[in-house]
Amino acid sequence: MHELSIAASIVDAVTESAAAYPGARVKEVRLRVGALASVIEDSLQFCWGITIEGTPLEGSKLVVRTLPVVTHCEACGQDGELESLQSFRCPHCGEPATDLRQGRELEIDSIEIDEVEEAV
Amino acid sequence: MTTRIVELRRGILKKNDELAAGLRGRFGAAGVLVLNLVSSPGTGKTAFLEFTLRELRARGAKVAALVGDLETDNDARRLAASGAPVRQINTHGICHLDAEMIDKHLAGWADLPGENGVALAGLDYLFIENVGNLVCPSSYDLGEKIRVALLSVTEGEDKPLKYPTLFNSADAAVITKMDIAEPCGFDRELALKNINEIRPGIRIFETSAKTGAGMEEWLGYLAEARAGRSA
Repeated sequence: MHELSIAASIVDAVTESAAAYPGARVKEVRLRVGALASVIEDSLQFCWGITIEGTPLEGSKLVVRTLPVVTHCEACGQDGELESLQSFRCPHCGEPATDLRQGRELEIDSIEIDEVEEAV
Repeated sequence: MTTRIVELRRGILKKNDELAAGLRGRFGAAGVLVLNLVSSPGTGKTAFLEFTLRELRARGAKVAALVGDLETDNDARRLAASGAPVRQINTHGICHLDAEMIDKHLAGWADLPGENGVALAGLDYLFIENVGNLVCPSSYDLGEKIRVALLSVTEGEDKPLKYPTLFNSADAAVITKMDIAEPCGFDRELALKNINEIRPGIRIFETSAKTGAGMEEWLGYLAEARAGRSA
């Protein structure tokens, strides 16, 4: 249920960054969300529609890229994607996986904007 | 009109993470060990904490607690019976505590024991009891040194598998209500296995705040962690 707070944090951050491009319209906001970030995309999309109403981001699309959990294995020296979130084991050798290299991200990757041409 | 992609690469919870990093620095400088207790509603966080506060005080440690709930100060009143300074945080509908709430409640805390004008320096341990929720608190760093995930014997041995994000981000796990494990048909081996599947090698304490079982080991862990020998 914290997707509403997450959506509000995204709107604040994007509004702040987009201020560097006066008059520009934000078309798309692209996120990188790790599989362990505790964010449900459907719920976030629902909250997005509500949160952007009446803000400079109204009408923008939210694109979520989900990142799998990647662990580094001390035993076999390899990195690998976890096969299941119900078992933290190296996908190569089966040893317990404790060194997470990816999967907790909760980031705004980029935004797509339409810029107003400067009058010559 | 030209379309342009602007790379932002910024954390969505950057503001919370920065505040939490500031708090962690303050806690470290003051020499206070801070723990964040997370579980479902009804696991027994408050009973576990009542026992912990009472025992630590009896052993001469200076302790305090912040407790989060959507509404009421019932838990703060229960914990205050231990004699420790306690403050209630009411989130009024928000499902987790965040670093800003911790910062705000520490700032106005009059009866927090201090040393040389630094409020936190008079403390050995500060416990933060989070809002009962196994999902949302895992995203919000509160500046704690140790995150503790609690699970009671009545909740089902597969709780860690259902909520891997929280159990994977924990530094210690506590099983509560062990005194009623048998009538509940609690499969201890399976619960330990499931916790280890999600967070291999994590310290697990099997406790009962009612009988005191397992609490000595937990208190020993706290003392070690405070001395910097573990966690």
